[in-house]
Amino acid sequence: MERTAVRGRLTWQAATVTSVTQETDSVVTIELDPPHWPGHRAGQHLDVRLTADDGYQAEREYSIASAPGEPPTITVERLEDGEVSPYLTEELRAGDELELRGPVGGYFVWEPGDSGPLMLLAGGSGIVPLRSILRNRLRTSSDVPARLLYSSRSWPDVIYRDELGQHRDGVQVTYTLTRGQPAGWTGHTGRIDGALLEQVAWPAEANPLAYICGPTSFVETAAAGLVGLGYPAERVKTERFGGTGGH
Amino acid sequence: MSPVSRGFRHLHRAPAGQESRLPPGQYVTEGFPVLSAGPTPHTPLEKWTFSITQGGQAKKSWTWQEFRALPAETITADIHCVTRWSKFGTQWRGVSVDTLLGQAGYDAPYVMAFCDGGYTTNLPIADVTGGQAWVAFGYDGGPLEAEHGGPARLLVPHLYFWKSAKWVRGLDLRDTDEPGFWEAYGYHIYGDPWKEQRYAGD
Repeated sequence: MERTAVRGRLTWQAATVTSVTQETDSVVTIELDPPHWPGHRAGQHLDVRLTADDGYQAEREYSIASAPGEPPTITVERLEDGEVSPYLTEELRAGDELELRGPVGGYFVWEPGDSGPLMLLAGGSGIVPLRSILRNRLRTSSDVPARLLYSSRSWPDVIYRDELGQHRDGVQVTYTLTRGQPAGWTGHTGRIDGALLEQVAWPAEANPLAYICGPTSFVETAAAGLVGLGYPAERVKTERFGGTGGH
Repeated sequence: MSPVSRGFRHLHRAPAGQESRLPPGQYVTEGFPVLSAGPTPHTPLEKWTFSITQGGQAKKSWTWQEFRALPAETITADIHCVTRWSKFGTQWRGVSVDTLLGQAGYDAPYVMAFCDGGYTTNLPIADVTGGQAWVAFGYDGGPLEAEHGGPARLLVPHLYFWKSAKWVRGLDLRDTDEPGFWEAYGYHIYGDPWKEQRYAGD
């Protein structure tokens, strides 16, 4: 297993916001241009710091949405009662400065040389680091086959809808919509469960490598489901969010 | 000098009079978020043991029954996660690490906590003795749920919460301070929330 220790101090730097793109009603993608970016790996995070005019500072970490080699980009969902996400989703404009440091984290990452087909499971904005992995796969012309199971509340809540629809060779995207479905929806509905995982996930014999990101209940169900299908625990990497009410 | 984030306002304040309980860069949450790197392990209690080891040898090992027969304490503590949430006044039941090390005997400057699922974290012995660390089996009046580290987790509330390793199965006495799981991925070797030691070099 590759381990990348962070060498030296991760320093804060003021990046320029190059674009803010609305993904859904409550989600934006922010592309950043920091003065010094050492490059990142698919699945890593960065830290963001905001400063109020009274000097108060708030920090949060966000998964990086872009592939290695692309400018660092984050995708942020506006959370009710949030402190930082309402600013990032509603106030921030192209040309603004945003303090960041990173990249951070080295476990929930994927390299094109990693063995096995990819099994990606996303709940809501848990799609963000998995989108980085899929973009990295595409940019590196990897022929590792990938399956993505993406659970969203409704079709308008699906982040990166157009981009995910453009993945072709070797990528299979399956959606399940938990709260509402558009007229004529023939796809899956309801929360993920063992039956859906058995239907969609690579069989354990294929030696898949799984990445799961989403709220705790989603991650618990997905991880336990894959282990139940025979995936070794060390081939199931998880990342969780939610419940903090703080972002 | 940090640029001012136009229109950004301070919303998440610590409760009045309790500001000094909040380490720098943290915010208070009422929930109990879950963070872990892999699937939640479920070790049956009849197969569970807690061990103090050194050089690959178990100096002392307790079955679940033996562990639960040890004197337990109720601990009330503020906890601080490196992902920036803090939770005030959490209540735990656990066995003091002083009790466990006292029965096993020890003469080493560091420990490596080891867990189901392969997770490890390193700690100075000075931080797990002197009434500062517990092996907790109860939370908020009930058993500790698996997703929060049950049947038992380490509780070292004065350090960032990744040091309070979930699903802990023992402590390995060490002569040197080697990085554990998250520490090897760039998180701080010690993790003092009051010094904001989040990442290596902080």
